[in-house]
Amino acid sequence: MAEGATATARNNGQAMAVALTGVGVAFRLAGGGVYTAVERATLNVADGEFVAIVGPTGCGKSTLLNIAAGLMPPSAGGVDIFGTSLAALNRQAGYLFQADALFPWKTALENVAIGLETAGTPQAEARARAQSWLTRVGLGSFGDRYPHMLSGGQRKRVGLAQVLIRDPKILLMDEPFGPLDAQTRQIMGNLLLDLWNADRKAVLFVTHDLEEAIALSDRVVIMSAGPAARVIGDWRVPLARPRDISEVRLDPAFHELHREIWHMLKAEVIKGYAQTEGV
Amino acid sequence: MRRVQLIVLQVLVAVVSIALWHALTTYPIFGRTLLPPFFFSNPLDVAQQVVAWFASGVIWKHLWVTLIEALLAFVIGSVGGVLVGFWFARQPRVAAVFDPYVKMVNALPRVVLAPIFTLWLGLGIWSKVALGVTLVFFIVFFNVYQGVKEVSPTVLANARMLGMSERQLMRHVYWPSALSWMFSSLHTSVGFAVVGAVVGEYLGSAAGLGYLIQQAEGVFDVAGVFAGMFVLAAFVIVIDTLVTMVEKRLLVWRPAVGEGRP
Repeated sequence: MAEGATATARNNGQAMAVALTGVGVAFRLAGGGVYTAVERATLNVADGEFVAIVGPTGCGKSTLLNIAAGLMPPSAGGVDIFGTSLAALNRQAGYLFQADALFPWKTALENVAIGLETAGTPQAEARARAQSWLTRVGLGSFGDRYPHMLSGGQRKRVGLAQVLIRDPKILLMDEPFGPLDAQTRQIMGNLLLDLWNADRKAVLFVTHDLEEAIALSDRVVIMSAGPAARVIGDWRVPLARPRDISEVRLDPAFHELHREIWHMLKAEVIKGYAQTEGV
Repeated sequence: MRRVQLIVLQVLVAVVSIALWHALTTYPIFGRTLLPPFFFSNPLDVAQQVVAWFASGVIWKHLWVTLIEALLAFVIGSVGGVLVGFWFARQPRVAAVFDPYVKMVNALPRVVLAPIFTLWLGLGIWSKVALGVTLVFFIVFFNVYQGVKEVSPTVLANARMLGMSERQLMRHVYWPSALSWMFSSLHTSVGFAVVGAVVGEYLGSAAGLGYLIQQAEGVFDVAGVFAGMFVLAAFVIVIDTLVTMVEKRLLVWRPAVGEGRP
């Protein structure tokens, strides 16, 4: 029913923003064996589409993201970014990391401006644009603070501004709000949706929180428990945009979808636990 | 309130120790002086000596020489340590080749090098500077090496995703990280620079605090030895305070973990 909002961005014939085809990830073990973390995962993200990957802990979700970012080559399969095969670092993507990734020796303003400065934007202009981005994420008066003087949520806001100021075509997010408390997560989720609504980038959002995934995204992709994790489910989220994270959770369609996905996910989560406990 | 109390107690420690020192060296107990003045001098003589040095102005020349030696040792040792630390951290193969030799030289008690340096560089300031450099270099080297190696992988990945070239990574990530490690060892390296200078002077020189102490010792002038020690201690405290001020400025971005309450 809410397909209209996203359908425009999904014209047939248009190249996918991110296309992972039969991607496998294997690590050579010290003992001589091979550990297959991900086995033949295929996943497409259309331009302007918000896709969430959900799976149990240790299923290789973050690994897939690193492959899409070009930080790590896949052992098998191919990665195409807007129809072009990815060989090195993905220059069209912005990456919001789970752990603290801000430069601790730079102020909030310098942290946001750095992505422009390294690309050759004059410092004064970069700083001015960084200031306006800080204001957009609600930290207009915090520019001269160092990361350790900011709260976890504020650091995530700076991180968001740092990534978005470069205007990447693709946004990769690795459990970005994982370490935050429940209220801050909701606020950050709404902030993300507001910013995303302005110019609808392709988003690949990794989380283990199913509710967060449904509330934010257009599609929810489920991965099985590792090793040899695969994509085992792909759901379209029939909720209208723009959304408010806290209100959308009251929608009957939300509950319906949540129940449906959780039914499948639960088995995988239990399997995932058994695996980690067993080792 | 508590601060005042603390200062009072700190002063009290000094007063009691000096009073004890004075009493034990001046007044016989049961017909015996517990601390013979010949070996322990006494606070009045020591104070007189210190005052005399400052009044006549001879001390300034010696302080100046020690300061210059320590400063040169610190600067040369730090620059060398930063460069080599950086080089080794970025070229693991070089580091692996030199590793046993670095460990060997670092394990050597540096004092034994003093005669060699005197032989090579003479009795002037450079033999003392060289001794200080061998001490400072390794502290800075190990810290910078560590600093470059232990850059958070997430910060590094983030920098690359933000489009930084190898040179920009150097400037915006490796360099600040290495410097922060170097500055965190500033107290130690400055302290060792002074140690190198004073020990070098003591073993053979014509000026400096170490020379002053050595001269007094040569003529059994215990008051002179103690006076030299007090001046040296005060000198080190002043330098340490300066280092703390510099450190506070340079490391504003660091959280003040475990900072001692005044």
